[in-house]
Amino acid sequence: MSRRITLFRAAVLALGFGFLYLPIALLIAYSFNASRLVAVWGGWSLHWYGALIDDDKFRDAAWNSLRIGMMAASLALMLGTGAGFAIARFTRFPGRLVFSFMLMAPLVVPEVILGLSLLLLFVASQAWFGWPASRGLLTVTIAHATFGSCFVAVLVRAQLAGFDHTLEEAALDLGARPFSVLWRVILPGISPALVSGWLLAFTLSLDDLVVASFVSGPSATTLPMAVYSSVRIGVTPEINALATVFLAVVIVIVTLAFSLIARQERRRLARR
Amino acid sequence: MPVTGWGWRQWCLIAPPFLWLFIFFLLPLGVVAAISLTQAADTIPPYTPLFTHGPDGLQAQASFANYRLLARSDVRAYGNSLGFAALATALCLLVGYPIAFAIARAPKAWRNPLLFFVILPFWTSLLIRVYAWITILQPTGLLNRALEDLGLINQPLLLIYNGFSVVLGLVYAYLPFMILPLYGSLSQLDESLLEAAADLGARPARVFREIVLPLSLPGVAAGALLVFIPAIGEFVIPDLLGGPGTLMVGKVLWQEFFDNVDWPEAAAVAMVLVVLLTAPLLLAQRLAERAT
Repeated sequence: MSRRITLFRAAVLALGFGFLYLPIALLIAYSFNASRLVAVWGGWSLHWYGALIDDDKFRDAAWNSLRIGMMAASLALMLGTGAGFAIARFTRFPGRLVFSFMLMAPLVVPEVILGLSLLLLFVASQAWFGWPASRGLLTVTIAHATFGSCFVAVLVRAQLAGFDHTLEEAALDLGARPFSVLWRVILPGISPALVSGWLLAFTLSLDDLVVASFVSGPSATTLPMAVYSSVRIGVTPEINALATVFLAVVIVIVTLAFSLIARQERRRLARR
Repeated sequence: MPVTGWGWRQWCLIAPPFLWLFIFFLLPLGVVAAISLTQAADTIPPYTPLFTHGPDGLQAQASFANYRLLARSDVRAYGNSLGFAALATALCLLVGYPIAFAIARAPKAWRNPLLFFVILPFWTSLLIRVYAWITILQPTGLLNRALEDLGLINQPLLLIYNGFSVVLGLVYAYLPFMILPLYGSLSQLDESLLEAAADLGARPARVFREIVLPLSLPGVAAGALLVFIPAIGEFVIPDLLGGPGTLMVGKVLWQEFFDNVDWPEAAAVAMVLVVLLTAPLLLAQRLAERAT
């Protein structure tokens, strides 16, 4: 039971990570395949990346997804930070149980339910109030901000649990206004959760197929919707190239963010 | 930890997300319940109104026809969903437990990087990762070709569009959700308990059975719920990796909505799913509340 890597544990980790990463590795390798056949290696080529750049369909969809992702992640950050702070620090208030249920449920409720229910709300609200006039970027953004804020709240709440609350109590005792304590003490203290929360909400928005398919309109095809419609027709190597670009962007951003956060943490600990 | 001194100001923080989630998460579920009692129609929106103004005043037009249709034709899809989700949860536990254990017992400097690589696939597109399995599993795919080249098989194995590929896809997609809470429990295990047991002569198997496993049960429960609940309503995996024999509820709902344009029937399918998930959801909430 010691803290070391035994042969058995090394084998477990190798198999586990092999299972998680083999499909991704093969996808990347075959995006450089010259052959049109997916499983036949025809030599190295950048052909599919060229085809991807010339494809308007994917370019427009990627632009839509980026805009939705940025807006949804920023909205989710604002809503989720307030929610995470409230649920971590205010232990008693009327409606707390309902609040914590609404914060937890969207994390696990199947996407088809989130998508269908929001669409039916938008349709009913359009019939009664005339809003939203049409479905597209705005409705997808609202949908993504909704589940994104729950993920942000989880991260904020977890970080606040480990955050030294004597600091904020001291500031309050010394007469600081609550909101300036929040702004000057708490938010800087939980900045790693805020950064990773925004990024998580952003990538979840970028990845979402199901909810967007329900609540989007004809004018706003997102990247996953474009990928899905061409995957349904058949497997093409162009998708491999697109997937590789997508994975590379996500992995670079996430890795950078986390190493920045880790460095900040180490500095903070070293200063103590 | 409760913090005082906020007074009325706490509502400035609570109200915006509360109202947002109420309007865009809870209220829509009520709308689904209402629409599930209407009938499909060739109008915009494509369902009959729930209430009509007639000579006799306001009349409700609710009907349970959608639920009767569902009971006749979709029971198998619900059965498949429950079965596949349960099997995938069990397999995730079986595969995820040793991984979480190995990470929790790894040298301290290794643990965060290892965890990071468990979470990383979750940040990348599920659609793309599921798509990758098509290229591996299809009859002319990489796995069949490799097995043929090795001379192990003469004709391609049927690895895709069946229960095998659906469960494989579910385990693959949801494994990180099992590993994380398991790691949370296992990393908090008190080392001295294990050492004491070992010093007193307990064999590793007994230490595991009587100390490690019972103490990790909260992690097991949390992981199981995080896999089971979303897996029941999964759409992408049964759609891309499944076949006609592996219909799941998520796909039925999708087909009713997009292919048949029968919104009320889709709403009924969703309502039954919500009812099925209520108990596990409340259990998950209780676990989350106890954890903090």
